[in-house]
Amino acid sequence: MSKTQVYEYSRTMPAVDQDDPVQGEPMMVNMGPQHPATHGVLRLVVRLDGETMDFIDPDVGFLHRGKEKTCETLGWHRFFPHTDRLDYVQPLLNNIAYALACEKLAGIAVPERGQVIRVLLMEISRIAAHLIYIGTTSIDLGAVTNFFYAFEQRELIYSILDAYTGHRMNNTYVRFGGVYADVEENVEVMLEKFLDDFPEKLQVLERLLTGNRIWYGRNRDVGVLSKEDAMAWSLTGPNLRGSGFDWDLRKQQPYCGYETYEFDVPVGTIGDCFDRYLVRMEEMRQSCRIAKQALDRLKKTRGAEVLAEDRRYVLPPKAEVHRSMEELIFQFKVVTDLRLPKGEAYHAVESSKGELGFYVCSDGTSNPLRCHIRAPGLMNVQGIPLLGKGRLLSDMVAIIGSLDFVMGEVDR
Amino acid sequence: MTTTQVRIVTALEGVAHQFVQPRDGMTTLEVARLDLHEVCKRLKERAGFETNTFVTAVDHYPATPRFEMSYQFLSYANNDRVRVHTRLSEEEPRVATITDLWPGTSFSERECYDMFGILFEGHPDLRRLLMPQEYEHFPLRKDFPHQGIEPDKLYRTWDKQRRKDWNAAT
Repeated sequence: MSKTQVYEYSRTMPAVDQDDPVQGEPMMVNMGPQHPATHGVLRLVVRLDGETMDFIDPDVGFLHRGKEKTCETLGWHRFFPHTDRLDYVQPLLNNIAYALACEKLAGIAVPERGQVIRVLLMEISRIAAHLIYIGTTSIDLGAVTNFFYAFEQRELIYSILDAYTGHRMNNTYVRFGGVYADVEENVEVMLEKFLDDFPEKLQVLERLLTGNRIWYGRNRDVGVLSKEDAMAWSLTGPNLRGSGFDWDLRKQQPYCGYETYEFDVPVGTIGDCFDRYLVRMEEMRQSCRIAKQALDRLKKTRGAEVLAEDRRYVLPPKAEVHRSMEELIFQFKVVTDLRLPKGEAYHAVESSKGELGFYVCSDGTSNPLRCHIRAPGLMNVQGIPLLGKGRLLSDMVAIIGSLDFVMGEVDR
Repeated sequence: MTTTQVRIVTALEGVAHQFVQPRDGMTTLEVARLDLHEVCKRLKERAGFETNTFVTAVDHYPATPRFEMSYQFLSYANNDRVRVHTRLSEEEPRVATITDLWPGTSFSERECYDMFGILFEGHPDLRRLLMPQEYEHFPLRKDFPHQGIEPDKLYRTWDKQRRKDWNAAT
């Protein structure tokens, strides 16, 4: 980058008095896209005055794969695997968010057991995503041990999902009208063991961090986000709750039967990085609690349907496809030529990063008219300049970590 | 009329608007392009919609008017959402920015400009968000092919520039 290019980088960059001996010549720092603390391919153009950041410009798009365009080309059903690659630390949650929006548009009712499995998968995914947050953020701030403790637990989730879906990552196990297959008993046993042990393991993680002087010093009073700012800047999820505002879509606008589960919504007090950390820690415990309740319900409804029976939109059972001509035709039609009714629908779920919504528009043909992904991560990236301005450069690492975004979702 | 609609009608007194019925049952408004900023302002100040969820467009090519803007707002206090639609023609894809009301719409509007070429008048920093700044096309328009138009053109230009710089330096 030549010098003129740097200074004309953004129209919003405040001018610097070059002759002022105090301001002097500011230093431009290019943080990323390969910087390990940016959690992916985020590039930040930072202008430093001494060691204080006085201008920050997030540059995103290095992982842009045109997912929305791909949806328009592939069709509704075949877009499922692509939703996994949005926020790749919680693929099943993205699947469910996309399925819920399309189901809202088409008016598909999901059977009871299918919904319970979805809730279970969502909460497991949330735990997995928060473990990534805690692991990577703590390694960025110098606490390497926590990374291994967090990933040990995440590895267990991987094995459970492997036993259930056959994949460790990018599971693609959700379909319109429910989930692809039922949870079997061996998976239930694995899940039960995991959920019983997890709070204790979390305690180990927490004991290492919450009272830790370095962790406290790096996070307390850093990146303070007020409630009003969070609203004006569209920040949602744990970032909004960390600022002390009680808003959880699972409570306020319930879906998948969340209103029938017992859980609490943790909120912070002042909205700094430490509050957001505490909120996520407690959220994992609450997720564990919800997952346990869902597991109990699974045991009671064994053998019930997990996929709706609506041949216009829902895949027929695979065993039938091999036997019956009609079912084969239905499968072919659903995969290649699925037509959702004309109209538009929006559905949002509480993902681990915030409000993950899909805005789907159909014109009645098999080619989707529009599928807009409302990514919470993009809004979180937008909050970086807001929180980082006037702070030291080393605080940037804590702020990036605590805002918690995944670039696959930010760039789509 | 739902309570949300009553609140919106009271807030929008004197501005032409029309309710439409989408499939998901969300309160949806249709307004004229030039009224959009006024409508959003009143939704924020009088109807209590504190946050913007997204700003995006839908390309109805080859129908006219071509673009349909879609804004969605959320009210935390009342726990409801509203969607605002406005139509833009291909010749004049311009609409007033709402970044002065909700600063958080900046990235959404930049993305919308990047993908559809919609110009947001008064936006403080209307650059491309996801594609490179020198890119010449608007990828989410319906007349843009999925495989791209000369996808490696930019790489070739950058490569040429790099060689030129290298030769000049040595």
